[in-house]
Order: sequence, then structure tokens, then C-alpha cells
Amino acid sequence: MQTIRYEAPQTVAQAVRLIEADPGAKVIAGGTDLLVQFRAELRQPTAFVDVKRIPELVGITIDQNGLRLGAATSAAEICEHLEMRRLWPGLVEAIQLIGSTLIQGRATVGGNLCNGSPAADATCALIVNRAQCVIAGPKGERTVAVEHFSTGPGKTVLEPGELLVACCVPHPAPRTADAYLRLIPRSEMDIAVAGAAVSVTLDKGGVCSAARVAIAAVAPTALLVPEAAHALIGSPIDDRALARAAQAASAATRPIDDKRGTAEYRRVVAGVLTKRAAAIAAERAKGR
Amino acid sequence: MAKVRVETTVNGEPAEFLCEPHESLLAALRDALGLTGTKEGCTTGDCGACSVILNGRLVPSCLVLAPEVQGQTITTIEGIADGERLHPVQQKFLEHAALQCGVCTPGFIVAAKVLLDANPSPTEEETRYWLAGNLCRCTGYDKIIRAVLDAAAQMREASAQTREASAQMTEVSV
Repeated sequence: MQTIRYEAPQTVAQAVRLIEADPGAKVIAGGTDLLVQFRAELRQPTAFVDVKRIPELVGITIDQNGLRLGAATSAAEICEHLEMRRLWPGLVEAIQLIGSTLIQGRATVGGNLCNGSPAADATCALIVNRAQCVIAGPKGERTVAVEHFSTGPGKTVLEPGELLVACCVPHPAPRTADAYLRLIPRSEMDIAVAGAAVSVTLDKGGVCSAARVAIAAVAPTALLVPEAAHALIGSPIDDRALARAAQAASAATRPIDDKRGTAEYRRVVAGVLTKRAAAIAAERAKGR
Repeated sequence: MAKVRVETTVNGEPAEFLCEPHESLLAALRDALGLTGTKEGCTTGDCGACSVILNGRLVPSCLVLAPEVQGQTITTIEGIADGERLHPVQQKFLEHAALQCGVCTPGFIVAAKVLLDANPSPTEEETRYWLAGNLCRCTGYDKIIRAVLDAAAQMREASAQTREASAQMTEVSV
């Protein structure tokens, strides 16, 4: 095996220079996907660029602009953050589903996005919360809405030399809450057959005034489904609205058959999860 | 290419080793530092045999690159006992015979210690969830869970006694 370099830049600019200069270099945050792929010889990077020593990539800030989540912040740190749990319960419950306690100590949201899996648990919850990805590169910084970050299985919008720095999420509006549900083949710690995240805003009379719906593992990328959101908006979140949302979510799927489930099963499950997540989000929104 | 020289703190002592840039912390602990209590299982983060504490966090050492620990603090199974005195979790594993082949045991003990440091009164459900990333191929889970819950109870009792003793001391001094 060719020798691989290890680099631990201290700044975003240093990291960008390193990955720009060496197209074979791979950014490592938690390593829970990358090192597994490396040891299975699915990836042969020429260098590991460890981004956990860059202050902008690590940590959680909540201020008047909302949440700024450093891309290399561990899942464990996020799940322990009481303010995050209060403001974005669905986002935190999605992140909490990623692997075991051990994996949570290493895995990061940035890694979850950069791995580009359509089944990634964090992605849909970020989408419904209108997260923006902050990307640094040789030409400077740009932001991309999280629903556009992945472009296919294992693929992202990152250009050579670019690095995901953070995810920024605006504050939820009043009477707004989120929820995430997924189905896996066993009770814990597996990859989603399908997943659904929903964010719901209720007016003072309990009528849904805004919604976002995103579904996982039923298309080459996580999907934002405006049709399912429209099915919820304008009425209370009752059985009829939920049934319409479920139907719209199922209709938006473009699933495949694999060992975790058939396309037809995924289509149905995506609808069921959408309905259930919307009901949970609405219940949470009432209390706000 | 030259090996990487890493200076770190392992079990409270400064430690130094040379490693390949792509080597795992697990390999460095076992091969370079001779700390073979940390076991190699799957090397993909699925089994928990290689559990260590890195800067206070429970992590699978197979998914940490050895050079990453430059300047960091690591606790391995060898650092859990206080000298000759076993940690309550270790003592309870013995009393409950919570091991069969023993390969998973160091990982379970390290993981359980982190749980009890953060949560002195975990429920059985919380304990099972916390330890769900540590696999026992002999499937002796029940005794493991009982040992951890018993250790938690003993640690709570010990800390209540300490509090009582220090309260009495305060009364005396007043």
C-alpha cells in the first residue's frame, strides 16, 4: 500500500489549500464512514485531512441568527445540547438515530452529508428546518440549501478543493416544530428502508400555516416534497390532511429494490412515516 | 514515508509513539504502547471491543487515526482500576460472572464506566441502549446488564456515604 499522509490543519484556509493541492486527499471528521470504506479498500486516499482542529468546524452556536452547527461536531455533543433538543427536537432525534453510543462519539453531521447517502438520517431533518450548507473553497465561501447538497448516492455539490464548514439553521417560527421517523429492518442501529421528516407551523387556531416535508432512502437523494407540505397547509392536521400528505409523499418517491426492502414497500412506508411524523410535529407545535 | 511521532496522555501518564499515518489508535495502543487490554473485533466500529475514552468521550479506537490523538487524553481499560483497587464496574463483572470468553469485556467495562460517570442512576433500558454498540458473541448480555446496574447502585451508595460523612464533618466544625 502506498503511504498516506495525515494532515491536521488549524484553519479553513489551510484545509482548502491542502485538499486543492492534492485531489486524492480526503477530509476526515468522525471517520465512521471514511475509515470503514478505507479499510474495505473501497477508497484509497493519498492523505487524510483531519478537520477537527479547525475552530469553525467544531461546536454549536445558537444566537439571534439561529443555529450554526460546525460540520465536524460529534453527534454525541449535539444530542447532549439541551437548547438544540428544545428548539429542533426532530433534528436531534434524527441525529440520535445514527449508530451506537460509540459511533455517536465520532460521527458528525458534516460527515453524514458528505457521505452522500440517500438514507442519511440527518439530511431530511436538516431539509425541513431550512438548513444551509456553508462551503469554503479556493474561490471563497458559498452556501447551498441542504436539499441540493447531495446530487446522487455518494455524490455532493462539493467541487475539488471545497470543504463543508457548517450547517446554519434559522430559528423556528412561533408554534413550529419538527419530527423525524425512519423504518429499519430491526429495532435499532441500521440503515433506513425509508425515513420522513416534517416541520409544521400552526396558526393560533390550530390551522397549519406552513410545512416542510422531506423523505429519505426512496430516491437517489433525500427529497424535499412540496406537494406533501401543500397537503398539510390550510387545514388542521387531521386525518384527512395526514392522508393527503401520505399520498403525496408516496407519489414523490422514486425507490429501488434492495435487501432492505422493495420499491413498492418503500413507497408505502414513506407515506406512512410522513403521516406519523406530521402528527408528532403538529402535537409538538401546539405546545409552543 | 517517515512514521508520525505522536505525543499523548494515556491513563494519566504522558505517552509517545511512532505510527503510520493511516494506522488506527487501536493498533497504536496494542502494538506501539503494549496496551493489549483494548481488543480488536470488527475494525469497523460495529462491535465495541476496542472502546476507549478519548477526551471524555466513548469512541471505537478502530475508527480513530492514531495521529489524531496528538495532545489528546485517552483512557483505556488499563486505566479504569485505581491501582490495585478494581473499579466497581470491574468488581461487579467478577461477582456476577458477567463474562464468558472475555473478549468483549474490556469494551463493556469502559463503556459502562462512561455511562455511570454521566448518569449515576441509569434505568435498565438506558443501560441497554447505551451498551447496544458493544457486542458479546457469547450472548451473555443479561449478566452484563445486571453487573452494570449493581455497580451503579453501589457507586450511589458510596457517594451518599461520602456526602453524609462530609456533612457530619461540617457539623462538627461548626
